[in-house]
Amino acid sequence: MSILIVALVFLFLGRESIPFVQSHGLSEIFNEIWRPVSFENEQFGMLALITGSLLVTLLATIIAVPFGVVSAIYIAEMASPIEREIWKPVIEMLAGIPSVVLGFFGLVVVAPLVKSVFHLDSGLNALTGAILLALMAIPTIITISEDAIRNVPQSYKEASYSLGASKLQTIWKVTVPAALSGIVAAVMLGLGRVVGETMAVMMVTGNAAVITFDPTQSVRTMTATVAAEMGEVPFGSDHYHALFLIGVLLLMMTFALNMVAQRVLKKYRIG
Amino acid sequence: MSMKPRNLSERLVYFSMLAVTYAILLVVIYIIADVVVGGLPVLSWEFLTDAPRKSGAEGGIWPVIVGTFYLVLCTVAFALPLGMAGAIYLSEYATQGRLTRMIRIAIVTLAGIPSVVLGLFGLGLFVIFLGFGASILAGSMTLACMILPTIIVASEEALRAVPQSFREGSLALGATKWETIRRNVLPYAVPGMMTGSILGIGRAAGETAPILLTVAAFFLPTLPQSVFDQCMALPYHLYILATQLPDVEKARPMQYGTALVLIAVVLSFNLAAIVIRSYFRRKYRW
Repeated sequence: MSILIVALVFLFLGRESIPFVQSHGLSEIFNEIWRPVSFENEQFGMLALITGSLLVTLLATIIAVPFGVVSAIYIAEMASPIEREIWKPVIEMLAGIPSVVLGFFGLVVVAPLVKSVFHLDSGLNALTGAILLALMAIPTIITISEDAIRNVPQSYKEASYSLGASKLQTIWKVTVPAALSGIVAAVMLGLGRVVGETMAVMMVTGNAAVITFDPTQSVRTMTATVAAEMGEVPFGSDHYHALFLIGVLLLMMTFALNMVAQRVLKKYRIG
Repeated sequence: MSMKPRNLSERLVYFSMLAVTYAILLVVIYIIADVVVGGLPVLSWEFLTDAPRKSGAEGGIWPVIVGTFYLVLCTVAFALPLGMAGAIYLSEYATQGRLTRMIRIAIVTLAGIPSVVLGLFGLGLFVIFLGFGASILAGSMTLACMILPTIIVASEEALRAVPQSFREGSLALGATKWETIRRNVLPYAVPGMMTGSILGIGRAAGETAPILLTVAAFFLPTLPQSVFDQCMALPYHLYILATQLPDVEKARPMQYGTALVLIAVVLSFNLAAIVIRSYFRRKYRW
């Protein structure tokens, strides 16, 4: 059944995006200007959307990885059993907050904060989006990294202790390197979630389709474009098919990330 | 094993790791506190039972709650039987081989598909190709596809946790395979299956992107009459209130109120899952 659904997903996204590839060609993806509604010259360059997604994802990773990994180490190796009992529901809660609520929180709290800290005209930019996305990736990163860290055999640590290493030295020099592949996989799964996240980024990144690498600029991501514009496009138009093509690109990106992460997890028998 | 940090620099590192970890806790508390503090004053009987007025800037959210309820109900009706049947097959009947490996890959892939892409899929297949139109039916089927992996994985784990000896005992007494599963395996696995399913359902209730493309209407004068009608839904309502109104600031109370109700719905699903899990963990021990 799930094979069938996955096959259908690929089939239908493909079916709806092929007309666009036929009429505009695949090279259109790398065109720079996204101007789907225009009287004289419609352009469907997706490069700006792709860089928008990449920028936000990259920033979110930079924020989420230190927090996620350090917390995972702390919870797995240093926390007392009582602390652990508290942490599980907290992480589940953070994972459970709907993205639209996080987006709303970003809109009323984070965006004004970012605006005043960096003295900007508007708080709706890539950085605000990245902060929210980091919050969404953190539960995934913590849960899977923690599993990976716990899977490191006790004997490794004991060997380190018996050589006179302190607890911290053992953690950083023995446990973490041994769990590294699992941690990397955790980060990749978190990334998969970030790339595909829609609502929060749509609400706070400002939605300007420009190519930029400045975190304080407003950007527009692939997911936000699909969600925001699908409601307004005429069925069967070039624009409609172009949005489906964006869906296909997104699907391929997350698929690749997930497959590699699963490989790694499976190889080291985690999770 | 507890070992105290040895010197000052170790103590510093230790402390900063603790600080980073607890910073996350603070953020989670802050987010929830912000929504609760902002939303509580708005929460009233009228707010919960009135229809929205002035495109949501005033009035209540009754039709929105009803819409979410219908959506969740239909999603459960589609996803639960399929997910449980799939899990029972995978854990009890299937032999490990190429087919099961492919099924597992498919499940992981499905779980990784971004929700907005699933929304596109729902639009392409259910809304347009099968001709359901934007409707509760199309939306809940899309949501069901989204939570299917969660239900299957959790249910399968719960089934595998039932000791093999339970099955062998029943089979030795001459019960058929299905009788064994029904009487000696399922009863012990159901709490675990429920926990996973409830978490999935909670996710479905809070998800916006798929319903944005397949069912949601911002304003409807009447409550939905059948599964072929559109409906309003909490997450979508919040999105519109927060971004699409002419005077966003003025509708702040309504936004906070909607956010609070939504968070309450989703977190109560999570809470229910946690309670069930800990209750049955104490009850069944082997």
